[in-house]
Amino acid sequence: MGLIKRMSSLVKQKVNKLLDKFEDPREVLDYSYQKQLEMLTKLRQNVAEVVAAKKRLEMQKAKLKDNIYRLEEQARSALEMGREDLARLALERKNMNIQQLLDVERQIEEMEKEQLRLEEMTKRLSVKVEQFKLQKEVIKAKYTAAEAEVKIKESIAGISEEMADVGYAMQRVEEKTERMKAKALALDELINTGVLTDYTTNKDMIEKELEDAMIKSAVEKELDRLKREVTSKNGKSKKVREGKEEKGEVKEEVLDQ
Amino acid sequence: MSKSKGKRFIVRLMNDAQYYVNIDVMRELNSLDNRLVRMLNSKDVDENNIREVIAGMRMLVKSKGRRVKDELIVTSDIIIPTVDISIEEVRKIFKGEGIIPEALLD
Repeated sequence: MGLIKRMSSLVKQKVNKLLDKFEDPREVLDYSYQKQLEMLTKLRQNVAEVVAAKKRLEMQKAKLKDNIYRLEEQARSALEMGREDLARLALERKNMNIQQLLDVERQIEEMEKEQLRLEEMTKRLSVKVEQFKLQKEVIKAKYTAAEAEVKIKESIAGISEEMADVGYAMQRVEEKTERMKAKALALDELINTGVLTDYTTNKDMIEKELEDAMIKSAVEKELDRLKREVTSKNGKSKKVREGKEEKGEVKEEVLDQ
Repeated sequence: MSKSKGKRFIVRLMNDAQYYVNIDVMRELNSLDNRLVRMLNSKDVDENNIREVIAGMRMLVKSKGRRVKDELIVTSDIIIPTVDISIEEVRKIFKGEGIIPEALLD
């Protein structure tokens, strides 16, 4: 006997074992129905968990996208000021964020698939459970315990197989969701500890350096202008009015520093 | 379905659905199954090869089979596991553990 055949005979074996536990096989019907309802509830909880995991990933996706945009902007202003080193740093970080984004997008897709699969499964199991309930009532009304045994075996075996499949699928999804949660947590931590700095909440080194550089270049410009002013004053002294205004500006600047 | 078409078998693709297949498909599945057995018994088991065979089985059933209606509660003649199953899981299932939740037997 091949492998795949053993799998189904296994189901039947276990059903026989289950039936042995009850004196009246009709009791198994109610017992099994109860288990089916429990399983349906669990399945619905599973769907909800997958949806929650997906939502969390989507939030991270938005955060990463925001980071990418900001880093691009930072790289641009760094270049405008001739700070290629800072631009490089910003772009490196941008690429790290892009990698994470791709990963998160993949995970979202995977969760989406799981959600659809579980929803499909829920639909099918609901139909089967409803059907089982009908069969159960018919069997109970029509047959004596002895007569019912074969019928019961059939329907219990059928539904058990279904439940085994569903149970297996749920177990896998649970594992997957757990793994995903752990990953999301790690990514959150990564963002918070600054490896992938969350630029939405605090200024980081690049930003500070950019600011410093901006002040520096502003000072240089002022200095240039003043120099020009001084030389022209010594010369013709043409732009007196303009010079006055600019003097006022310079005073403010000096006071600020 | 009709008797002229010969005996119908029911195959469950785990994580998917149940399908009706004819004897020809069953024979093909059986030879693939034998390949699986040989693979698992060989010294260095290659997980990828096993997955490939399982994927082949599933594809065969999907393309040649007809889906069993949702409201039918029937047992399958054979059950084919998912592709992403690990060797450990395959072994466990085929050794006779794990397929039915123990909770069902409590």
